[in-house]
Amino acid sequence: MPQNPFAHVDLSRSISRPPTKDVYLADRSYRAFAVAGIYVLLALVVYILWQIGGAAMPAVHDYHLGFLTSSAWNVQTGQFGILPQIWGTLYSSLFALMIGGFFGVTVAIFLTQNFLPPRLAVVFRTIIEMLAAIPSVVFGLWGIFVVIPAIRPVANWLHDVLGWIPFFSTSLSGPGMLPAALVLAIMILPTIAAISQDALHLVPYRTKEAAYGMGATRWEAILKVLVPAASGGIFSALVLGFGRALGETMALAMLIGNSNQITLSLFSPANTLASLLASNFPEAGAIEVQALMYAALVLLAITLIVNVLGIGILTMTTKRSAVK
Amino acid sequence: MKRISLLATGLLCAGLIGAGAIAPAHAETRLIGSGASFPFPIYSTWFKSFSKAHEDIRVDYQAKGSGAGIQDFINHTVDFAASDAAMTDEQISKVDAGVVLLPMTAGTIVLAYNLPDSPKDLKLPRDVYPAIFAGKITTWRDPKIVAANPDIKLPDLPITVVRRSDSSGTTFVFTKHLSAIDPEFAKEVGSGTTVQWPGSDKFVAAPKNDGVTATIKQTPGAIGYIEYGYAKLTKADTALLQNKDGNYIEGDAKGGEAALASATLGADLRGWVEDPAGADAYPISTFTWMLFYKKQDADKAKSLRLLVDYCLAEGQPIADSMGYIPLPPSVIEKVRAAAEQIQ
Repeated sequence: MPQNPFAHVDLSRSISRPPTKDVYLADRSYRAFAVAGIYVLLALVVYILWQIGGAAMPAVHDYHLGFLTSSAWNVQTGQFGILPQIWGTLYSSLFALMIGGFFGVTVAIFLTQNFLPPRLAVVFRTIIEMLAAIPSVVFGLWGIFVVIPAIRPVANWLHDVLGWIPFFSTSLSGPGMLPAALVLAIMILPTIAAISQDALHLVPYRTKEAAYGMGATRWEAILKVLVPAASGGIFSALVLGFGRALGETMALAMLIGNSNQITLSLFSPANTLASLLASNFPEAGAIEVQALMYAALVLLAITLIVNVLGIGILTMTTKRSAVK
Repeated sequence: MKRISLLATGLLCAGLIGAGAIAPAHAETRLIGSGASFPFPIYSTWFKSFSKAHEDIRVDYQAKGSGAGIQDFINHTVDFAASDAAMTDEQISKVDAGVVLLPMTAGTIVLAYNLPDSPKDLKLPRDVYPAIFAGKITTWRDPKIVAANPDIKLPDLPITVVRRSDSSGTTFVFTKHLSAIDPEFAKEVGSGTTVQWPGSDKFVAAPKNDGVTATIKQTPGAIGYIEYGYAKLTKADTALLQNKDGNYIEGDAKGGEAALASATLGADLRGWVEDPAGADAYPISTFTWMLFYKKQDADKAKSLRLLVDYCLAEGQPIADSMGYIPLPPSVIEKVRAAAEQIQ
């Protein structure tokens, strides 16, 4: 046992004390608890993968990779393929990420860089975070009753005038890619805005002061110093938002039109993996359940790849900027 | 209009939740059922008042859908099930305890549409509505539709077809009828609880009857198939369909009753009226079944027979007001006799 270095300190007079046994124990057990939590989470992910993988195995054997490249979903003839769903999932999520990401980061800058009196900023922040608490079904209904009627005239005008551009090649009748992606963008906005705000808050105030000291204008300080400094956190926020968009189910099932086709047009109905699962699972027979499990496995894989890619890009860019 | 449909959707949701939560405190015999969502509104009303009349029996019914109900029934996880598509011979053979299939109520499937100025009584000829759902007729100004509706000023709009995105007994009955009257539809789309609809950007899908109803109500130029009760509840415009005799018939209880009067049910009480004959018969009507085991413990069997009795005697009169069709007297007699097999 090493000698207690604090033995000579008069504890009764000093405010700095070594941790007591209780504090030490509490600290250790909390740490053990947290580590155990991480392992439980990991085990849970593996267990879910194993369960879904097991249920999907017969379908994986039957359809192989053709499942990923075919576009039929016909229970009668036993043909299953999810190419349109993969396409729709990625297309709608990317499109939602573009809109939601832009507005989310803008909102984060607006709320953290003293554009508003602090109290008002707190109010706005709370309102935006409250968006995350709205149930998906409500977003779906709101999309049907508010968003679609609102964008229909604009969409059909775009189709009439700019119909030769592939993105506008069909008219919007109701449910479709654009309303789904717009609602999706609003659904992922609170996630992106909240985490980006945290990231911007974490940039030391001195950094900003230094930028001003160098003669930067407000916007130069924000765009050239603060945002790059917080870019790691902002990027994580975008990856998280993208993951959320990939897995969103009910609102999309109500808004995207559930049509198995691949088209660039924003006004056409499409389908996503999550919406396919939500629509077909309740009444699926044994064979269809296997195919649906295969689709679920693909969705899991896509989410995993996106997250791994995100983390990869993040570590690469932070290393590079650290070297600079 | 917007507010009405929103309200109706809300009411439907509230009704579904409220009906699912019935649970009298002191119960001796508990009957668990699951299955079709098409007759759920009327079943939940029946079961609620039945449990009130018989305080020692409690009925829990979960509207999972016909397919899921049959699955539960085969797995013996329920005391009874319900299905719009009855059961196939293959499914029946999987139940060792024996199966009693009883038609309990009936309904019609209507084509609800949304046109500017909401013209009433749109007439759709027999060669037109299958073609619309096969993706062959794509505009409201199609000469065949114009010819059938000289009094209606049809808009220059593409037809947006709204279909079910989930697997459904409603789709089963609807596509069965279309396949029966149009061989081309039978060949290209076929019939079933889910079918391969034409790939077109004017075919959109929505979940459940209320999802389809809401989408039709929000989409100018839309047409879609829903259960009559949902159309009645939301005051949707519904088309008059041309029947076998060439008359245009409304899909209300009257047209449905006329259609089912001509139905011939087999000895096992299965049977569909894919294309009913009769001057006043509405073309798309169907029975919906409850499924029971032939053998189970005596206590449950007695309660189940009581339940069937109640639905036949007290239940039928309220069918019309809820958007369903009361069973014809001849069918009621047959069902009553068949219910004796539940032992």
